Amino acid sequence: MTLHVAPSSTAASPAVVVTHLCRAYGSRVVIENLNLRIERGEFVALLGESGCGKTTLLRALAGLDPVDGGRIAAPRRPAVVFQEHRLLPWDTLWRNVALGLQVADVRERAAAALAEVGLGDRLDDWPRNLSGGQAQRVALARALVQEPELLLLDEPFAALDALTRIRMHHLVRELVATHRPGVLLVTHDVDEAIALADRILVMRDGRIAFEHRTSGARSIARAELLAELGVVASHPIPA
Amino acid sequence: MSNLEQTASSVAFDAAQPSDNAVSRARTVQFEIGRRGLLLLSWLAPVVLLIVWELLAQAGWLSPQVLPAPSKVLRTAFKLAASESLLNDLGISLLRAIGGFTIGASIGFALGILVGFSRIAEAAIDRSVQMIRAIPFLALLPLVIVWLGVGEAEKIFLVALGVTFPIYINTTLGIRQIDPKLIELGRVQGLGTLDLIRRIVLPGALPSILTGVRYALATAWLALVVAETIGAQSGIGFLAMDAREFLRTDVIVLTIVIYALIGVAADAIARTLERRLLAWHPNYGGAR
Ligand SMILES: Nc1ncnc2c1ncn2[C@@H]1O[C@H](COP(=O)(O)OP(=O)(O)OP(=O)(O)O)[C@@H](O)[C@H]1O
Ligand SMILES: [Mg+2]
Repeated sequence: MTLHVAPSSTAASPAVVVTHLCRAYGSRVVIENLNLRIERGEFVALLGESGCGKTTLLRALAGLDPVDGGRIAAPRRPAVVFQEHRLLPWDTLWRNVALGLQVADVRERAAAALAEVGLGDRLDDWPRNLSGGQAQRVALARALVQEPELLLLDEPFAALDALTRIRMHHLVRELVATHRPGVLLVTHDVDEAIALADRILVMRDGRIAFEHRTSGARSIARAELLAELGVVASHPIPA
Repeated sequence: MSNLEQTASSVAFDAAQPSDNAVSRARTVQFEIGRRGLLLLSWLAPVVLLIVWELLAQAGWLSPQVLPAPSKVLRTAFKLAASESLLNDLGISLLRAIGGFTIGASIGFALGILVGFSRIAEAAIDRSVQMIRAIPFLALLPLVIVWLGVGEAEKIFLVALGVTFPIYINTTLGIRQIDPKLIELGRVQGLGTLDLIRRIVLPGALPSILTGVRYALATAWLALVVAETIGAQSGIGFLAMDAREFLRTDVIVLTIVIYALIGVAADAIARTLERRLLAWHPNYGGAR
């Protein structure tokens, strides 16, 4: 059924397994004994108050920061999309997408990835000629062209306007359905989490404090999640 | 085609026949004439100055001992060029400049890369370089002459000295100014150290490095003039000093003009380089 055929895997194989992870900045403990497992093809959203350590966790998974304890087992280097697009202004779009790509037909692969995000006609354009949403789409193409088993997204749509964000949601859902990486999406937006994720996690006190599988009644999930985040809704939410 | 159109509309405008539907068109044409007019005006002053100079010299108000007529300088230029001695001296001067520039730029660039990348190298090198930089490099000339005499080595050394510092400073500056987030991105994309330098560090530092190149071209030229004015047996500066002994002001003025022209040419080369290499940069490239 799945497009991805791994030689020896039977059921789900994990994209990443985190066990007893600890991380502190000086004496301030940010992550404490955190456990997390994300399967390939699974879309996980991570919610949590500002400053609770979501970015810290994501950077640890990406191998960008050292950890103070525990284990992170990922089969391969994950791909990351940051809140800012981080395109190299001196490289054309296809060269940006191809950054770090080690295959023979680099340009063709980059072109295909750009076509997937709807920018197939802008191969030789400069990043500065792009809108915010387009730039973020290129960043997405750059991450997916690596064919990652784990895709880490740190509030990639936070800087976009509401309409563009909805378009990006559709695009991301399509791309993830095609490539089937495990996804960890850090977001502040409860609705975004509900719209995209198979599983929603709430982080608190340095660990995963709440977990919710999205299926069935979405408005209930929303109220519950908001309560977990310490937000009391003053208005009833229209269904 | 568009050229023809433009000429036609500007003619219509000159004839002062603005039709209603061409008002906005006329306004852009007027703007263009305005710009062309300003360009013309900016050239007017130097041309008038040159003509006045020529007339004064022709009328005998300016002694040729003080300032020869521009036409006389031009004739001298042709005469010297025909005898090949001018081209020969010009070639020697250019070789000294290029040699000194290449050496100085290589050293400045290498040191700049080293210090830009390594905290240890920065601690070891940067302060000393900054201290040496505080000396106006021309002040070292007497010492350089004691060390190296007044041969080619001294001239190339002086040019290299003047070039090293602007290149060094702008290279380190350029590397420091690179957005650490882009370096981080490079690591996320799995770039090795060499690729990181090639794809991210050098391109990011390039605008600053090219600014350094432009400064360095100016100082290289200045160093050469000074070095050639003091004890040279060939080169443009030698031509000037030789002419001085015979009060040949026409040759002296000619050498000054040549220095100026080469300075302008060097700057043009640097600008072209910037336009080409920084096509991505909104402040340099015209690329859209
Ligand atoms: N480099 C650092 N040095 C010291 N403390 C840090 C550093 N980076 C983050 N922190 C601290 O670690 C905690 C978690 O930060 P983190 O960036 O992971 O939060 P976050 O959940 O991503 O927040 P937000 O939702 O606002 O992005 C915060 O209290 C922050 O102050
Ligand atoms: Mg964060």
